[in-house]
Amino acid sequence: MVLSKAVSDTDMSVHSTFASRYVRSSLPRYRMPENSIPKEAAYQIINDELMLDGNPRLNLASFVTTWMEPECDKLIMASINKNYVDMDEYPVTTELQNRCVNMIAHLFHAPLGESETAVGVGTVGSSEAIMLAGLAFKRRWQNKRKAEGKPFDKPNIITGANVQVCWEKFARYFEVELKEVKLREGYYVMDPDQAVEMVDENTICVAAILGSTLNGEFEDVKRINDLLDKKNKETGWDTPIHVDAASGGFIAPFLYPELEWDFRLPWVKSINVSGHKYGLVYAGIGWCIWRNAEDLPDELIFHINYLGADQPTFTLNFSKGSSQVIAQYYQLIRHGFEGYRNIMENCQENAMVLKEGLEKTGRFNIVSKDEGVPLVAFSLKDHSRHDEFEISDMLRRFGWIVPAYTMPADAQHVTVLRVVIREEFSRTLAERLVLDIDKVMYQLDALPSNKLTPPAAAAAALLPAATLVEKDVVVENGVAKKSELEMQKSVTEALKKLALANKTNGVC
Amino acid sequence: MVLSHAVSAGSSDDSVHSTFASRYVRAALPRFRMPENSIPKEAAYQIINDELMLDGNPRLNLASFVTTWMEPECNKLMMDSINKNYVDMDEYPVTTELQNRCVNMIAHLFNAPLGETETAVGVGTVGSSEAIMLAGLAFKRRWQNKMKAAGKPCDKPNIVTGANVQVCWEKFARYFEVELKEVKLREGYYVMDPEKAVELVDENTICVAAILGSTLNGEFEDVKMLNDLLVKKNEETGWDTPIHVDAASGGFIAPFLYPELEWDFRLPLVKSINVSGHKYGLVYAGIGWCIWRSKEDLPEELIFHINYLGADQPTFTLNFSKGSSQVIAQYYQLIRLGFEGYKNIMDNCRENAKVLKEGLEQTGRFNIVSKDEGVPLVAFSLKDSSRHDEFEISEFLRRFGWIVPAYTMPPDAQHVTVLRVVIREDFSRTFAERLVIDIEKVLHELDALPSRGGPPSLTSANANGDAPSERDIERQREVVAIWKMAVLAKKKTNGVC
Repeated sequence: MVLSKAVSDTDMSVHSTFASRYVRSSLPRYRMPENSIPKEAAYQIINDELMLDGNPRLNLASFVTTWMEPECDKLIMASINKNYVDMDEYPVTTELQNRCVNMIAHLFHAPLGESETAVGVGTVGSSEAIMLAGLAFKRRWQNKRKAEGKPFDKPNIITGANVQVCWEKFARYFEVELKEVKLREGYYVMDPDQAVEMVDENTICVAAILGSTLNGEFEDVKRINDLLDKKNKETGWDTPIHVDAASGGFIAPFLYPELEWDFRLPWVKSINVSGHKYGLVYAGIGWCIWRNAEDLPDELIFHINYLGADQPTFTLNFSKGSSQVIAQYYQLIRHGFEGYRNIMENCQENAMVLKEGLEKTGRFNIVSKDEGVPLVAFSLKDHSRHDEFEISDMLRRFGWIVPAYTMPADAQHVTVLRVVIREEFSRTLAERLVLDIDKVMYQLDALPSNKLTPPAAAAAALLPAATLVEKDVVVENGVAKKSELEMQKSVTEALKKLALANKTNGVC
Repeated sequence: MVLSHAVSAGSSDDSVHSTFASRYVRAALPRFRMPENSIPKEAAYQIINDELMLDGNPRLNLASFVTTWMEPECNKLMMDSINKNYVDMDEYPVTTELQNRCVNMIAHLFNAPLGETETAVGVGTVGSSEAIMLAGLAFKRRWQNKMKAAGKPCDKPNIVTGANVQVCWEKFARYFEVELKEVKLREGYYVMDPEKAVELVDENTICVAAILGSTLNGEFEDVKMLNDLLVKKNEETGWDTPIHVDAASGGFIAPFLYPELEWDFRLPLVKSINVSGHKYGLVYAGIGWCIWRSKEDLPEELIFHINYLGADQPTFTLNFSKGSSQVIAQYYQLIRLGFEGYKNIMDNCRENAKVLKEGLEQTGRFNIVSKDEGVPLVAFSLKDSSRHDEFEISEFLRRFGWIVPAYTMPPDAQHVTVLRVVIREDFSRTFAERLVIDIEKVLHELDALPSRGGPPSLTSANANGDAPSERDIERQREVVAIWKMAVLAKKKTNGVC
C-alpha cells in the first residue's frame, strides 16, 4: 500500500546541509549542545571553520613534517584505531616499534652486537623523550650520591640558553636546576668551554643540541666530550652528556657522516630525536635511545599486568595512537639510507637557493650557518624604520607563515626571521618566497615607520603623498594647526589608500 | 619518434612489475639497520600492510576502554588535519579555538563553578596519564608553596589512592618523587575505602585521588563520602587536603547515565578532574583532558609563556608537538552527538552489558564481580577454578578471535582472578550474544580437557611414594591422546585473530 505524505513537512534528512537549519544556529562554545545533529552537518561545519586555519604546508615556522606519501596516509588511517600501548593485542605494531628503535640506534652508532637489541623507546615527541632521558640521568646521579653518602637534593643540568623550551619544562617540573650558558652576539649556541666550566658535582648531565632551533647550528659535541673527559678524569664525577638531536639526528648521519656527535663519543649516554621533524613523519613521534642498559635504571621501568599481559614500559604517556610508529617504519624502509640522503641534500640545496636570493636583495644578514639544519635565519641590516616582525606580518598576507623572534639572553637585541626548509619545500617555493619578500620590502619602504608614534609625526611623513582635507583649520598662537580629529582623518586616508593598492595580493 | 624497446626477458623495468611479482617481496626487510636503498612506495605499503594483518583486530579487542570506531565523516576530518601540529597555536587559531571550546564544554559537564561566559581552566593532553601528571604536579607545587610559607619541611610529599589505581599514578609517584600511600583492597571490596583513605591523610598529603570507574571492575568510588569525611578532617587539622578525581572512564559516563551522582566540582574539595577523550569521550587513542576548578588551583609558575615559533603561547603540558586530529575529533563528537547522543550511546552500552552479564549468569559457571552501576563492563570469575582458570579461558577465546584479558586483583585480593569485557560504543547486542555462545563453547572444551595442574610425571613417584605403575603409564598415554585430539580438532574450525 502506498502512503502519501503531506508535502509541507519535508523530512529534515532530505535537506542538503546548507539548506538545513543546522547552518543557521550558532554552535554553543561553552556547553555541549542538548541535541544531536546529523553527521554530515557536523562534518561540514567543522571542516568549514577549519578553512580559516593556516595552511600547514606554508607554515615555514615549523620543523614538523607536513606531507607524506598517499600510501603512508593509507597505512596511517588504517591503524588509527589501534591503541599503541596494547602491546599484547598488537604484537606486530610493537615489533615495528622495536625495529625502529634498533635502526635508529644503529644510525647513531650505539655500541651493539650484531643482533643485540638496542635500549630505546618511542615517545610522543622530543619533549617526552627528553624528560625520560633527564629522569634517567637524575635517578642515576641520585643513586650514585646515595651510595657515596653525599647530599642529592640539588641536582642541576647544564645547557645553552638556546635550548628548546622542553628543557626548561623538564627542569621546572622535575625540580632540577637549569644552569644556562649565555649566548653572545654572533655566537648563538652553547660554548663548550663555558659549559664544562660550569659542571659541578651536582650536575646530572650536560645537554648539547644538534640543530639549535634558533639558527639550525650543530653544537660541537666532540669538543664537549673531550673537555668533559679531561674534567671527569680530574674530578671523578663521571658527568655524562645527552645530545638533543631533535632536528639534527636525522640530518647529520646523511649529510655529515664524518661528524662525530653520537655514541661514537664515549660520554654520550642518551640521544633523543624527533621522528616528526626530519624523521619525515607527521606530528606525534619521537625516539629516545640509550647507550646501553646500564644507562637506564631498572627502577624507572614499569612491568605491568594491565590488560592481561606483562608489559615493560618507560614512557610518560600510556594510551596513544599507533599510526605514527607505523609511519616511521614505513619511511625507514621505504627510503632507506639513500632516500633520506637524497631528501636532505635537496633540502640543503633549496636552503642555499633561498639564502642566496636573500643575500642578493642586499637588505639582510644571514644568521644561520651553511652546515646544520637546512634553514635560513636572517635579520635586517637596517632596523631604523622597520623590523622583522613587520616583515613577518606582511608575509602572512601572501600566505607565508614566517616567524620572527628575538634571541635569548644575552643576545636579546638580535631579532631574526627564520624559514625552515622541509622535505616538500621545493625550489619553486624557494624562488617564490624570495620574490614575495622583495615585494614586502618594497611595500615597507613606502610605508612610514611604525616606530614614530606621535600622530603628528606620522601625518607629517604622509603629507607629501596624501590628499589632505583642508577644513577645520584651527588657528592657535598665530599658527594654523589642523585639529586633532583632522590629523587622524588624514592619516587614516593615507593608510586606506595604501591598503586598497595592496588588495590584489593573495591572502592565506 | 617512436622508440622500440628490446623485449629480452629479465630486464624489464622494475617499476612495471606488480609488487608481488617484484623482487621486493623476496628480500627480507632488515630488522636492526636501515636498508641501504629505497624501495617503491607501493612495495613499502604492501609489505607493512600485510605484516600488520597479524595484529589483533582492534574492534575485537575487548580488553580496552579506548575507542576503536568513529564515523567516516570524522575519519575524513582527522585525515585532513593529520599534518597540523597542534602546538602551533598561532598558525592554527581555529584548531586552538576548538580545543578551548572542548575544555569549556567538558568543564561545564563537570559543573565547574564558572560564570556564563567565563573561560574554564583546563588543557588537552595526549591521554589521562599526562593529565594526571599535570594535576599531580599542580597539587605538589601548591602544597610545597603552602609548606614553605608555613616554614615547614616540604621534602616528603605523599598522595593517597586505592590499590586499584591505574599504573599512571604509580608512574607519577615514582617519576615525580611523591610517596604513594595505597589503601589496600579486600575480597569483595575492590575500590578505595573512603574511611581508610581519609585516615591515611597526614600533613604531607598533597591530595587524595579517587577513581570514577576503576579499571578492574568499572566501579565508581564514593567521591561524595570521601569529600564529606575529608571536609571534617580538614576542619580539625587545618591541612586543606584536596581531592582529585581520576574520571578517565567515568567522566563521560556519569553525567549521562547518573546525573544525580555527585562526584565532580559540585563537591567543594574536588580541585581537578581528568577524563580520557579516547575512552567514553568516543575518540581514537591520543586525547585526554584535565580540568581545574579555578585559576587558583593551577599555580602560575608551572605555566610556560614562550616565544617559540614567533608568538606568545601559554602552555601547561608535558608534550609539545603532537597531532591535532584527536582534538578536532573530540569537538566533532561533542557537537555531533550533543548531550542526547552521548546519553543514547551510554544507555546502549549499559543495556548490552546487561545482556552479556545475564548470559554469563545463565551458564551457572561464573561469579559476576562488576557492579551494574559504573562503567559498562562485565568482570567475571569462575565459580570453580580447581581444574581450569580464567587465563585458560582467555587463551581459548583468542582462537575465536576475541581478546578478553584475565588478570589478578591487586593486594590484598591477589587470589582473585577475573576476566573482563569492556562494552564500548561499537559492541552491539549481536556481539554480546555471540560472545556468550563462544564462552559456552570454550567451557565445553575445557571441561573435556584434563586439568593443566598436570598429570604426574612418568618418572616421578606417584601419590603413595611408589614408583609409577603400569596403570599410571597407561593413564598418562590416555591423557596425551585426549590432548592431541583436542588440539587437532581445534585446528580446523576456529578463526584466528
